[in-house]
Amino acid sequence: MTTLTHLVLAFAALLPTAGGVEAPPPAKLLNVVATTPDLAALARAIGGAAVDVKALAKPTEDPHFVDAKPSLVVTLNRADMLIEGGAELEMGWLPPLLESARNDRIAAGSPGRVSASTGIRMLEVPTSFDRSKGDVHSMGNPHFLLDPVNVRLVVTQIAQHMAQVDPASAALFRDNLKNFLATLEVKAAAWQKELEPFRGAKIVTYHKDFVYLAERYKLEVAETLEPKPGIEPSPIHLAAVIGTMRAQKVRVILVQPFQNRKTAETVARQTDAVVLDMPQQPGVKPNTATYFDLMDSLVHTLATALQEKK
Amino acid sequence: MRPMFRLGVLLCLAGTAGAQQSPDSTARRQQRMLDSLAAALTAVQGKLDSISSAPPPAAPARTSGAYMNVSFVGLTDFAWSSEKDLGALQVGDHEPHVRGFAIPNAELALDGTVDPYLKAFVNIVHKLDANGETGVELEEMYFLTTSLPHNLQVKGGQFFAEFGRQNPQHPHSWAFADQPLALNRMFGPEGLRSQGLRVSWLLPTSFYTEATVAVLNSAGTTTWSFRSDESAQIHAGAPVDRAVRGVGDMLYVPRLATSVDLSETQTLLFGVSGAFGPNNSGDAAKTRVYGADVYWKWKSPTARKGFPFVAFQGEGLVRRYDAASRTAVDAFRVALPAATLKDDGAYAQVQWGIRPMLVAGLRAEYATGNGVVAETPFTTAERANRNRYSTNLTWFPTEYSKFRIQYNYDHRAWVGNDHTVLLQFEFLLGAHAAHKF
Repeated sequence: MTTLTHLVLAFAALLPTAGGVEAPPPAKLLNVVATTPDLAALARAIGGAAVDVKALAKPTEDPHFVDAKPSLVVTLNRADMLIEGGAELEMGWLPPLLESARNDRIAAGSPGRVSASTGIRMLEVPTSFDRSKGDVHSMGNPHFLLDPVNVRLVVTQIAQHMAQVDPASAALFRDNLKNFLATLEVKAAAWQKELEPFRGAKIVTYHKDFVYLAERYKLEVAETLEPKPGIEPSPIHLAAVIGTMRAQKVRVILVQPFQNRKTAETVARQTDAVVLDMPQQPGVKPNTATYFDLMDSLVHTLATALQEKK
Repeated sequence: MRPMFRLGVLLCLAGTAGAQQSPDSTARRQQRMLDSLAAALTAVQGKLDSISSAPPPAAPARTSGAYMNVSFVGLTDFAWSSEKDLGALQVGDHEPHVRGFAIPNAELALDGTVDPYLKAFVNIVHKLDANGETGVELEEMYFLTTSLPHNLQVKGGQFFAEFGRQNPQHPHSWAFADQPLALNRMFGPEGLRSQGLRVSWLLPTSFYTEATVAVLNSAGTTTWSFRSDESAQIHAGAPVDRAVRGVGDMLYVPRLATSVDLSETQTLLFGVSGAFGPNNSGDAAKTRVYGADVYWKWKSPTARKGFPFVAFQGEGLVRRYDAASRTAVDAFRVALPAATLKDDGAYAQVQWGIRPMLVAGLRAEYATGNGVVAETPFTTAERANRNRYSTNLTWFPTEYSKFRIQYNYDHRAWVGNDHTVLLQFEFLLGAHAAHKF
């Protein structure tokens, strides 16, 4: 009977979580600022009705090259929370903004500061600092959100920090996190299933920005149009890429909105390949406002192209 | 975690345990199993409850491995001009002063966080003069507060005064190889910088508005229009060795800057500045400099590495130099009467980022000493009328290096027209701090 008592108690303890929490309407919305729209989408999913989320970078903008506009100083000055990708993604523009924003709530190490790359198993961490290898991030490749496993860590961290900054809404954040993780589990399985037939398929990307997607779904990045990260494509390198693509029958080139589509099209014409618009930020393509919609779109676009070009 | 599922399993097991008549050992084993499952369940609940306080899963510490960023900017020039005395034409400190090769700026920059309350920045500049001798100067060294209340921030040490747009910028941020004439005239070859304190306040307005005021020492070669020995070039009199008697003898530099985003792709920044302090033409003489600056930038919404873009920058400066009655520096018997020397100058420049890493620039500028007539004793080369038109093309192989070619058409009153070509190469080592807008 002791066991049954335990169980009843345990059941009672579970009830509020299992049944969902009705959060009291927040008196003041938590001002959350994310450096990029993908992080903003995750913050919206976890923060729900308790937060107001803004992104510093535009969805079509290269997150490495955002202008440190004064309006962003004001946005950061009013923020209760800042979510950054970290791993040097924003190092070219965020430091001067933070310096001018003079906001202690989002200082490094405070509950209001989330560095999304914390705890992520980073890929391509260089063993030496050498810019002859291009603009390599010393802490590894920062484009890690295309791997759903990493997103688990990021949203958990966001929920934790939100609960610390706004304890009154902690139950709401916990509940939203639970729902997000449950959906993620289902979605991740679906994405895995959709890309499973293309295990080992070869792709070409413009920049080294799809390595986490490739790693998760066992695709192989055969070449990048940039000879080295951040270095403009040269005719000699493109000729080599075309050779590789022909030899290995690579039929898709992935580009983002801020990359040179014309260069990709030139290569595609000579290799019977197709150029895929694969923006990593939500909102560039219609109906991709959430992380799930974005990933649905990316996975489906890729799977369809790989199927057609098989 | 699927607590409901686990709970169902546990309830089924509990039901089975209650209904079954088993030997004691089996019952004990089942009891133990149930106990451990119940414990696991409690742990799951505990985990869910503690989500707001638990550390993130698998969070290895990541640091950059150093307490400060170290970087080095090397700038080399090659210059040729129709003017043999290039130093009379190119008067900025970070410009070539002879025909041929020059290393006008090699900058060691250090920056980092001091403690939870302060950041610090240091710039040490090396220059080779025309004889190849190395000069070293502590260009900037200051702390900056990080956590003052009411949106305040204090900077202290030696730093470039925040007057206008270009004065606080280091040469590697300039769009041209040389400093605008107006800034040369008002603030001298090295720009306006000195030792002191600066307080800044970010106003609680919906758009960006920042008010700053600096209180600086008013003496030295880097306070050109104030208590600087070189200011004899402005007022043409023998400088008075003038001590600081009170706070009125300090240099005050206020500034108000505001900015709005005109659209998703366009930003406008506007500022007004002033610099007020004593000068050494006499015992009580003062200088006032007023400035207005504007910066407008358009950048494509799908910019690749920040290109294409178009940026306009303009500044206008006015100086009112109250020269006391004084002895002419080159003729000791000549007494110059007291007068207010009125000078002004302006420049406007456009930068067009054509495609990634290629920028074209155009600049027009003038500087003048109003009311100056060639024969009056107030006339100095420093205050003569001058117009300059420049164009350049800059190619950045990467963000860490650049090649620039620039042509200047220069008109100096009473001297004539000159043509100058400047070639510039610059490289950057290390993690240089990111740039402001």
